[in-house]
Amino acid sequence: MTAPTLTATGVPAGDVHRPPGGIRRTARPARAREAALGLLFTLPGLAGLGVFVIFPLFQAVYLSTRGNDILGNPTRSVGLRHFHELLTPAFGTVLWQTLVFTVLVVVPGVLLPLSLAAPMTQRLPGMRIFRTAFALPFAYSVSAASVVWLIMLNPGVSPVNWVLGLVGLPAPNWTTEPGWAMATVVGVTVWMVSGFNLLVLAAGLAGVDEEVLEAARIDGATGPRQFVSIVLPLISPSIFFAVVTTTLTALQALGQVQIMTDGGPNGHTRTLVYSIFDNAFHNNNSNFGLASAQGLVLLVVGVLIAVVQFGVLERRVHYR
Amino acid sequence: MNRPGPVPTVLTYLWLVIAAVVLLFPVLLTVVGGFLPSNALLHQPPQLFAGHWTLENYRAAWRQPVVPLAPAFMNSLFVGVSIMLAHLVTSCLAAYALVFLRSPLRRPVFWLFLATIMVPYESIVVPNALFIRSLGINDNRLSLILPFLASGFGVFMLRQAFRQFPAELREAAVIDGCGHLRFLLTILLPATRPALIGIAVWSFLQGWNMYFWPLIISSSNNSLNTLQTAVFALKDNEGGSPAVLLAGITITLLPTLLLVVFGQRWLVRGFTAGAVK
Repeated sequence: MTAPTLTATGVPAGDVHRPPGGIRRTARPARAREAALGLLFTLPGLAGLGVFVIFPLFQAVYLSTRGNDILGNPTRSVGLRHFHELLTPAFGTVLWQTLVFTVLVVVPGVLLPLSLAAPMTQRLPGMRIFRTAFALPFAYSVSAASVVWLIMLNPGVSPVNWVLGLVGLPAPNWTTEPGWAMATVVGVTVWMVSGFNLLVLAAGLAGVDEEVLEAARIDGATGPRQFVSIVLPLISPSIFFAVVTTTLTALQALGQVQIMTDGGPNGHTRTLVYSIFDNAFHNNNSNFGLASAQGLVLLVVGVLIAVVQFGVLERRVHYR
Repeated sequence: MNRPGPVPTVLTYLWLVIAAVVLLFPVLLTVVGGFLPSNALLHQPPQLFAGHWTLENYRAAWRQPVVPLAPAFMNSLFVGVSIMLAHLVTSCLAAYALVFLRSPLRRPVFWLFLATIMVPYESIVVPNALFIRSLGINDNRLSLILPFLASGFGVFMLRQAFRQFPAELREAAVIDGCGHLRFLLTILLPATRPALIGIAVWSFLQGWNMYFWPLIISSSNNSLNTLQTAVFALKDNEGGSPAVLLAGITITLLPTLLLVVFGQRWLVRGFTAGAVK
């Protein structure tokens, strides 16, 4: 019999000496089969994202150049008119308020849970209970959190107003005073994100090596000094992660604004995403062209922020 | 870490207790308030421990005529579970192909998946809403989930997990004649269970807590309210009774509170795996 030489594993000997790299290379049809199978496996995911993420991006560009009839169906081209509408002071205010909202949420939204997670690393009784307790706001959806806080701030009920009354301070109209509405929406969002960020930062802190701290202590770095120059750099990946996710949450926030202030009073809490919602879906406005143009602005803003965060901030992150 | 002295210990507890009182009062109000007669809440400060407990608010929230929570609960469950299952299936298959199946398109396809993570959902919500409208399935629950059946994030996370699988073990399995699907189902998936649970938890939460999309879908059809949009509608219609609202909110919190209390490690792992080393 003239069978081809077989190795111990039953694979034709010639193949064993092919360059390594994952799986043994076999004949052409097998490779084609593998590629076809690969395509087949990615197909469900690609189809889902293709139809509902990638294609709609192009459609958004198309829609942003169209007017629409009373039912919202796209009509003739209006060129760049919708983008011209974005070059107004009113939209500048929307962008500015989005930026203010995002910064005011991200900074305390990360620092507050950090200030809770850091003392919790001490070996003291009850710290696990505190961690679970502080994580609870994470369970709230945006509508649950917004409605609970509306009750918290409702003049008839408000425990917050009651405490202010105890110390002799007048309670503001939290959601209807121009100066306060933004602060209220920001505060609720900080409360919401604090739960998740606490879990992230506590997990980062738990991963800090005891021996490194011991070595630092022997070198004389203790207390706050140790925290700033040893612990913070060590948990910088967790901080970076918290900053990035909180930025995205804030940038994409809708429910807080829509439920608590509905963009008001007088547009003072109107953010970019609220504006998209308002133009497209609120009160049957159906201005889909303008909303699509604003959606593209959001996309650009999101990509820019990501580029800045990953390009600039991440360089300072210390990965082990 | 270090064991502190008595003064820092007192300060630590003082700070944590003050923070807990401030940050957790809304949680206390939610959970307790739903069991109180409504007049106990229409009081400043709310009389949380006045003594009368009742289930009346839950009954009212569950069955009240304007925005009943019972069907909304079923819709939320449907959305959370089906998005979770769909993410698992689509992400496992795609991640497997990206890690183990060589093809000339592997790199570009990976970058395509990655790029979709960068697209904020609100940028494409208008075309998606118009598309769903044009399909004429406004009355169908499917319209709540269709845009969310695949996830670039899920693919990315599982790819990270699959890459950790030792190449030699996989070669050994292939040499033993183990086909791709069998290898995936019987060896790879059990070995990467933590990552799978992480994705499952994350996807369920995403579906359960979703707000913008169900708000659009349910605006034309009340029967498609999820718990999240129902709570808002309840607030808008009911206005009056905070106790009923709080009972309704407690219902929306049931699975998520359980996850936060008992599934913390899955939450953190699911969200941060791969992103934080």
